[in-house]
Amino acid sequence: MTLARKDVAKVAMLARLALSDAEIDTMTGELSKIVGFVSLLEEIDTAAVAPLAHPLDTQNAFRDDVPAASLTTAEALQSAPRHDGECFLVPAVLGESGAA
Amino acid sequence: MTKPAAPTAEPFTTVIGLEVHVQLQTKTKLFCGCSTTFGAPPNTQVCPVCLGLPGSLPVMNREAFSLAIKAALALECRIAPFTKWDRKNYFYPDLPKGYQISQFDLPFSSDGWLEVVDPKGAFSRKVGVIRVHLEEDAGKSMHDEAAGTADTRIDLNRAGTPLCEIVSQPDLRSPQEARAWLNELKLLLVYLGVSDCNMQEGSLRVDANVNLHIPRPDGSLAKTPIVEIKNMNSFRSVERALAYETARQYDEWQATGAELGTTPKQTRGWDDPAGVTRAQRHKEESSDYRYFPDPDLVPVTVSEEQIAAAKALMGTPPTVLRTTLAEKWKISAYDADVLVNQGRELVGYFEDVATRVGEGKVASNWLQQDVLRTLNERGETIDEFPIRPDALADLIRRVQNGDFDTSRGREIFAEVLTSGRSVADVVASLGIAAVGQDELIALCKELIAANPKIVADVQGGKEQAAAGLIGQAKKKNPNVNPAKVRQMCVDLIKALELPTRTPEA
Repeated sequence: MTLARKDVAKVAMLARLALSDAEIDTMTGELSKIVGFVSLLEEIDTAAVAPLAHPLDTQNAFRDDVPAASLTTAEALQSAPRHDGECFLVPAVLGESGAA
Repeated sequence: MTKPAAPTAEPFTTVIGLEVHVQLQTKTKLFCGCSTTFGAPPNTQVCPVCLGLPGSLPVMNREAFSLAIKAALALECRIAPFTKWDRKNYFYPDLPKGYQISQFDLPFSSDGWLEVVDPKGAFSRKVGVIRVHLEEDAGKSMHDEAAGTADTRIDLNRAGTPLCEIVSQPDLRSPQEARAWLNELKLLLVYLGVSDCNMQEGSLRVDANVNLHIPRPDGSLAKTPIVEIKNMNSFRSVERALAYETARQYDEWQATGAELGTTPKQTRGWDDPAGVTRAQRHKEESSDYRYFPDPDLVPVTVSEEQIAAAKALMGTPPTVLRTTLAEKWKISAYDADVLVNQGRELVGYFEDVATRVGEGKVASNWLQQDVLRTLNERGETIDEFPIRPDALADLIRRVQNGDFDTSRGREIFAEVLTSGRSVADVVASLGIAAVGQDELIALCKELIAANPKIVADVQGGKEQAAAGLIGQAKKKNPNVNPAKVRQMCVDLIKALELPTRTPEA
């Protein structure tokens, strides 16, 4: 299994990683080895095996709809690189927000 | 305003599909115990789970899941016996984990429909629902437009709020249909207590996909590129944006001939004040979200018994209620539609009044003509309305008894509303004591004696001449019921012709 440089560049872009050309070369080689190792699994005949949705043999873990204590705003913001005491601050972003 | 004028007889078919997100009416978030109350100060309803802090683990909210099932059942969806959660990966500052917990290949429900029928008969459309799935909301980004390049502020109170995503088939054929369908969907979800669907507070959000199918002279079909419209803040905006976009696509197709598949899917934002859609960034392909099963959440199974139990608890949806209300109370389909569209509370009020007066039609008339108008004027909901069903029923019964006529009844209605006093109190204080039968007979005899001309006319067969006595009767006693005076006078005059008969009481 060999990955192309453009595959690695795309994955890096999606992961917001700024890789230099040299790093893309290195990653292309290393990622190809990892993907190649995992692709060994393709040699197994899984036609009769149901897809696994979760490794644990547990289902239906729920909690009741009962409010619990939240953090204080100060606690919530304490590890943020930048905040104004109320909100997290990030460089200006424009465009839509909310769930896609 | 650069809104292109839509052609009057459209030489194309408009194809619209909607994607609706509704916030579920739970007390807490989807995966943690933080409150979902709207309007709290920023970042006061957050915890390690919804902030996406390392080491935290999400646990599914049972109520959110059962509300979602309710929504799916109401939309006639098939409930999957096995469902799981997936991570949808993308970067945005209001998405703290770098992924949204959503459902990809195994949503908990699919293949449903919701029909919308225009009460005026302009259209009737059964719209397929591709899927309903459960996911978490993102936080809120606040940009200070005036400050230009200033920081964006992030409030994560909303992050992790449970959302139902409802995706329709592209079955809608006009902007009007789209708006009507959304109204019906909202009514349904509010009736079932699934969501409050408050668009101002963002508990209901709509994106629309639209393109045109244009017949060519050779009989083949040209399909314009699909555009996704975002940023519509009301159902009216949805209708306007779709009307604008339809006309824009037709113009563009005539100018460029661009067709589906030749350009990437475009996202356009609706600019409401300007009344136009504007191009936004190109949507990433679905595979770019790199969905994979969330290892932090175990799958959920739903049995047939659970589905049956959920159905039993579901309550009556508006479509069914319209029919049963019309049949039970013998009111028209149109009247039932008006009442049902006002919401469950108003229907409850109506049924209470109708039960007390023993008649649906008169209760429906009072609600539509007097109560609804007053609610609009006062900006109140039916629950806040000061005249409760027992009081309105009391008033209606007095009109039915003939104590006074409807227009006098309206005056009493207004007085009860402003004074806050009981109907009986107001009736007494306005001197509207019911006129007794003996009093009425005496009054009518007096009038007959004083008006030989009218008596002669009535005896000559012109019964309507008795109407001339009503004004005089009102002068003598303002509380008399005009219809009763008229009838009594006619009866008395007829009795004069047959002296052996006494007037009937």
